[in-house]
Amino acid sequence: MKAERTWGYLFVLPAFAHLLIFAVWPIFFVSYMSLFKWELLGGKADFIGFTNFLRLTQDTAFFNALKNSLIFTLGTVPISLVISLALASIMARPAIATHLFRTVYFLPVVTSTVAVAMVFSWIYHPEFGLLNYGLRLFGVKGPNWLGDPRFALFALMLMTIWKGLGYQVVIYLAGLSTIPNEIYEAAEIEGINPWQRFWYITFPLLKPTTAFLAVTGVIGSFQVFTSVYTMTEGGPLRSTDVVVYHIFRNAFERFHLGYASAQALFLFAIILGATLLQVRLLRKEVAQLAC
Amino acid sequence: MPVEVQVGRLISKALCYIVLVFGGILMVLPFWWMFVTSFKLPEEVFTFPPDFFPSVWHWGNYLEVVKAVPFGRFFLNTFIVSSVVTVGNLLLCSMAGYAFARLKFSGWELIFWLFLASMMIPGQVTMIPVFVLMAKLGWIDTYLGLTVPGLVGAYGIFLMRQYFLSLPIDLENAARCEGATEWQIFCHIMFPLARPALAVLGVFTFMGAWTDFLWPLLMTNSMNMRTLEVGLSVFRSQYTVNWPLQMAGSMIIQTPIIILFLLTQKYFTRGIALTGIKG
Repeated sequence: MKAERTWGYLFVLPAFAHLLIFAVWPIFFVSYMSLFKWELLGGKADFIGFTNFLRLTQDTAFFNALKNSLIFTLGTVPISLVISLALASIMARPAIATHLFRTVYFLPVVTSTVAVAMVFSWIYHPEFGLLNYGLRLFGVKGPNWLGDPRFALFALMLMTIWKGLGYQVVIYLAGLSTIPNEIYEAAEIEGINPWQRFWYITFPLLKPTTAFLAVTGVIGSFQVFTSVYTMTEGGPLRSTDVVVYHIFRNAFERFHLGYASAQALFLFAIILGATLLQVRLLRKEVAQLAC
Repeated sequence: MPVEVQVGRLISKALCYIVLVFGGILMVLPFWWMFVTSFKLPEEVFTFPPDFFPSVWHWGNYLEVVKAVPFGRFFLNTFIVSSVVTVGNLLLCSMAGYAFARLKFSGWELIFWLFLASMMIPGQVTMIPVFVLMAKLGWIDTYLGLTVPGLVGAYGIFLMRQYFLSLPIDLENAARCEGATEWQIFCHIMFPLARPALAVLGVFTFMGAWTDFLWPLLMTNSMNMRTLEVGLSVFRSQYTVNWPLQMAGSMIIQTPIIILFLLTQKYFTRGIALTGIKG
């Protein structure tokens, strides 16, 4: 029907116009900007070809930020997946107050990152912080968490795991609830132990959920910004300078918009590459997700 | 059932509870610590061992915070921005989602695929060009700059399309036979029917906009336009060593979000079911 077609376009038009202006055009324009020496306050931009990208290959500060983001990702994603799966499996058992625990664990997820970052700065205080007080009860003298380059990134990772855990628990709980009880009952008749039950039934059936959380977890880790901005400002000694924070400073504090655009494109390539790689590795599972 | 099995079950249940309660304490402790510290005097916090209950509750910290920065104004700004973004998403995402689910128009697959692909573009990649655009338009430090880039999201379109696909088609066809236009069908039949999905999308969008940080940080530079998150961050940089004041500021930001979450939490779990994540 012709009328239906016209209506179809009309309904999609506002969202499509928005998509073109705020997603499609920026991708082209950020590529264009990356070819210029484009200073925020500098007036006219100079075309410099691929110079920004050449500079990128020799920029040790940028590679340091990439390294930090990589450590951050590898140190947070697998660990929080293991912990959240364990917690969800326990929570999903019958006769456990699932609702109550789910609410409690989800609380950090929804709350303000800035406020959480502020209370953790206080918890990480070297002398009067809660964490070092707890450690001292066990006879351990805690370090200056945010002031020591050896520990600062780790401290941020710990906070990130704490804040994101509830989200992963809730997703795993949703996954667990779709496993039919009959499978477990049949397995019980076969006489398997709880460990086998988890390893041969629950874990394989949850693979799509794990795949989804792994992909979103990696993407999220490469985008960490607020906690770094609030707690450490990339320091000490650039030990917490992660990619997005590095790009932010180049663009909006040093005003090198052209160079920052090249870095942003690089970040885009990494995230896209990591996503496609994981989708490929976990293709079967993700295909199930999409439907 | 033999006694040993019963005892065994009891022990395993007790162990589960111990793990969950211990984890739960770790989840809540930072909030308690924020709450307690916000009522202490600045010199009181530097004691060892720390006090888990303040000896005197100093409400004065909250007064001082409110006097130091215009939290009322931040609150108003955040409310305006979150509301506008939420209304925009509810309307525009459901319109597009409805069209993708029900109306036949050539090229819809391609357009839908473009939306899905745009979910892979991180906001940090587009923020530089969009910032330049906002500067050109003179929208920096305005509500337009804070809201317009967030008015539609591909995730919302996807969610609404999924929901419309699950609704029976008979109602629309009946209305179509009566001679209703597609716009009337959408406004009077489909939009009201989509209420469960709209609630989920609304809660997600509102909470997301409320706690957004990087974009409002870039878009605002006067105190009058700051949102709560950015305002709190500015406040923090002014009172770096005064922990009770910092915690009082954090409490002011945190409490409305927690209350809102407790009131709307069923939508969070429902939202996860709606997006179709299968185990």
